[in-house]
Amino acid sequence: MTTTNLSPQEEQSPVTQTESKEAQRYYSATQFQLIWWRFRKHRLGQAGALILLTMALAGLFAEFFGPYSGITRTSEAVLVAPQAPRFCNDDGCALRPFLPGVTAERNMETLRMETKIDLSVRRDIYFFIKGEEYKLLGIFKMNTHLFGIEEGSIHLFGTDSLGRDIFSRALLATRTSLSIGIFGVIIAFVLALVIGGTAGYFGGGLDYGIQRLTEVVRVIPVIPLYMGLAAAFPKEWSSTQVYFAMTLVLALVGWPTLARRIRGKLLSLRGEDYVIAARLSGAGPSRIIARHLLPAFMSYIIVDLVISFPFMLLSETALSFVGLGLRPPTVSWGVLLQDAQTVRAIEQAPWLFIPALFVIIAVLSFTVLGDGLRDAADPYQVSN
Amino acid sequence: MANPKQNTDDNLLEVKNLKISFKTDEGIITAVDGIDFSVKRGQTLGIVGESGSGKSVSTWSIMRLLPKNSIIDKNSSIKFQRKSGKVVEMTKFKKNGRELRKIRGGEVALIFQEPMSSFSPVYTIGNQIMEAVLHHRDVTKKEAEEIAVDMLDRVGISNPRQRFKQYPYELSGGMRQRAMIAVALSMNPSLLIADEPTTSLDVTIQAQILELMNELQEDLGMSIIFITHNLGVIAQVADEINVMYLGKIVERGTTKDIIHEPKHPYTQALLKAIPRLDRIGERLTAIRGDIPSPLSRPTGCPFYTRCGKVIPGVCDVKMPESTHLSDTHTVYCFLHEEKDV
Amino acid sequence: MVKFLVQRTIGMIITMFFVSMMVFAIMELPPGDYAERWAFRKFSGTGAQITEADLDNIRANFGLDRPAPERYFKWISGIVLHGDFGEAFAFQTSVNNVIGQKIWLTLAILFFTLVVTYLVSIPVGIYAAVRRNSIEDYALTAFSYLGFALPNFLLALVLLYVSITVFDSSVGGLFSPEYADAPWSIDKAKDLLSHLVIPAIILAWSATAFQLQTVRATMLDELNTLSVTAARARGVPEWKLLLKYPARLAINPVVSTMSFDANRIFSELPIVALVLGLPELGELLLKSYLDLDMFVAGAILLILTFMIVFMNFLSDIFLAILDPRVKLIEG
Repeated sequence: MTTTNLSPQEEQSPVTQTESKEAQRYYSATQFQLIWWRFRKHRLGQAGALILLTMALAGLFAEFFGPYSGITRTSEAVLVAPQAPRFCNDDGCALRPFLPGVTAERNMETLRMETKIDLSVRRDIYFFIKGEEYKLLGIFKMNTHLFGIEEGSIHLFGTDSLGRDIFSRALLATRTSLSIGIFGVIIAFVLALVIGGTAGYFGGGLDYGIQRLTEVVRVIPVIPLYMGLAAAFPKEWSSTQVYFAMTLVLALVGWPTLARRIRGKLLSLRGEDYVIAARLSGAGPSRIIARHLLPAFMSYIIVDLVISFPFMLLSETALSFVGLGLRPPTVSWGVLLQDAQTVRAIEQAPWLFIPALFVIIAVLSFTVLGDGLRDAADPYQVSN
Repeated sequence: MANPKQNTDDNLLEVKNLKISFKTDEGIITAVDGIDFSVKRGQTLGIVGESGSGKSVSTWSIMRLLPKNSIIDKNSSIKFQRKSGKVVEMTKFKKNGRELRKIRGGEVALIFQEPMSSFSPVYTIGNQIMEAVLHHRDVTKKEAEEIAVDMLDRVGISNPRQRFKQYPYELSGGMRQRAMIAVALSMNPSLLIADEPTTSLDVTIQAQILELMNELQEDLGMSIIFITHNLGVIAQVADEINVMYLGKIVERGTTKDIIHEPKHPYTQALLKAIPRLDRIGERLTAIRGDIPSPLSRPTGCPFYTRCGKVIPGVCDVKMPESTHLSDTHTVYCFLHEEKDV
Repeated sequence: MVKFLVQRTIGMIITMFFVSMMVFAIMELPPGDYAERWAFRKFSGTGAQITEADLDNIRANFGLDRPAPERYFKWISGIVLHGDFGEAFAFQTSVNNVIGQKIWLTLAILFFTLVVTYLVSIPVGIYAAVRRNSIEDYALTAFSYLGFALPNFLLALVLLYVSITVFDSSVGGLFSPEYADAPWSIDKAKDLLSHLVIPAIILAWSATAFQLQTVRATMLDELNTLSVTAARARGVPEWKLLLKYPARLAINPVVSTMSFDANRIFSELPIVALVLGLPELGELLLKSYLDLDMFVAGAILLILTFMIVFMNFLSDIFLAILDPRVKLIEG
């Protein structure tokens, strides 16, 4: 309510005599504490944060969590459907999960291969099993995997047309896609800070010029612009070069929105008394921006950064999907989905779409996390 | 209970045991806690109180304009006599129902503190006056326009035909409040609720508007409920005054009673807080402390936390009963309980 | 109003000028030069030997030996003065021939998608705000989240799959085979419309999700304004009041972000077009990027951007008509 005396703000002015401990804690809290307290009430946002944290850890230690390396081919297991671990068969139940035996037979009417599950065969799943060698975090030589199987192979999410384990590859892709998002957002933020900060702090003709530039970047359709930049990657570039070029491309297109926000905030703040006071006492522009202006709207910027993630992830996926982004052997969500470009893929091997679930879950998580943080970042706003 | 000797037939509006709460995230907040008041035909009732005293809430509830999360207690009664003579119970109406809509605007009108935001910015003044007329009277557009222009003229707006076509942002604050009054009165209501109508205006305009309202009341013979936090303003317009504090009425009486013989410490404090020409040189005293949060209402008398004459062990324990000091003057305060007539 | 229009037109021209420079820069980005690619296209498979001298000749022919500013000027003046977008070497014809009819198909897709977006998002957003915190409202919010999160190519594949398995019809392409090369007729237009439904749903999906939330949020703000209570206090019936006051204002942010919707739609178009096999500019753009056919890519990028800038111009005008306060600011 915006009206007369129905507004809750007025009614909740502090009581002088009987100020509770809680109220005192509230008034003396720093901005980040306030945000944290409010965020803790936002269940959905927390769920998003938790999922993202899990994804990040799974991606970081992908070689440990996945039973195989991303390029291991199992020639006898091409386009295998996802295998669900079981605990029970006719012999009874056990704590140790196992994979049932599978027999494949050609159906003579449809001429399709049909698989039958043979529950009497028990292939036990072992934890912390020794398997392929890898370097954890690229440093520690190890060969222990979280789980694995001794006879045959285990493919929780199935395999692709080359017999590669989709579960292991999806974890590796999570690392690539999330890290590209993170680097993209960081570079975009630095660009936005420099460009938007210059425009907002100095104003005038410089501001006008920068405003025009941001407007131009904003009116060109985003994905076609990305594509144009990505199309310029030389074919002979290594996958590492393409990876870094991609982060740069994502950042180059992602900065204007952030820059506008920073500029707007700076323009409104630079007239504040405390900023003028700082200027009068001889502080230079960079000190004023870093010391006095940035902290005043840092929380908003963090929210903006979180909100810009989904766009980076979706853009990377889309570009790689059409073949203009990352290229094999790099594994990312978009690269994995290249295998699933046709309707035939849905019919024959729908599990090839499992990486898309990762994209959806990650984007949803970032969105709800962003919403939660945005609600929390307005600490003095009284909830209705 | 209130005004026991008064002839109830004379009352246009009778409110009994009105209790209003709001459901919020922090729990149920009681904004108005069992108050009674009545408005006589052709007279002006003033309701005075600070922000958060529940004065707006209680009057908005008459027209059932409170937001969805509000609850009017089932024992509350708001009886209104319609133009037809029929007495209706306003709390029993279906939300936004037909009969309620006939009464809104047609028989009870409301003007607000902020004339800017009470007009929609994207329609002309004329459009918004005509809307009311077209809804309540069986007239053509042309006739409605005539009524509207006539009304604008009547509230003292120059060039009414030109103003009619203008947007709210093109008018000054005083002009907008006049236009708002024109909207309210275009239907010739029997009750006008004026919710702080002059608060956002500067003093000279404020005086003009008050004068206009007095004039129009004489011409049209309507009753007015005048809500304000300013006792100085209310003294100029009201016949009777109710003083509200934290959802309770703490004192009621004729304007003379309240202004010249205030009995409740809160009323006395309010009067000391307004500048007066006859007391130049005296210091103004602010009421100490703030109005308590409605979430933690004090037990006993609501005012005891800020009262200079608090009786420990009494005021903070139970709510004082009404004390009738005269036929017209009632106070709810332990300091006066033994003086009951 | 005339002054307003002139101002906006000049703004539009300035923006397009900067856009054209940026597009030219993108055209220049790919390694190697146009002459090599042209020669490769032209002579690959013919067994002809190309010498450095041949390449120099081609370069001179296309004016590629000139400095960049001069080439930019030649390119842009060709477009502005003669409507000539250059040579499409992958097709061995002019860019104009390649993109010609596709511009209209692209516009048809854009228009149709926007209509679907607004027809759904505005009424549904208003409904969600009025029924705030109801099950329907939560369901719509959940839909919006999914609208942000679901990659459009996935949606395209799923709808394609459903239409093939359930309806036994292909949604690919924009025309049925019998109409593909037929001259324009009422039947052909009908055929086009029926093929536009699925692409429009896919492209409108995320735009609708965004606009629905915008309408809902504005509507919620407007519902709580005093002017609505004032109208209610005048006895205006509830539905009439909702439509006249808050709903009217809730449309403003939608109108002012029309160009963002166009931007979003053109962003998704190349990928969706690839999956659905739509013969329009987005799909051609993707192809020409992959072939490094940069004159075609540049022309398409320029045209798509111009459509967005023009949408922005239109939304400014609509907004000035819808909201009398805008004219006040513009003076």
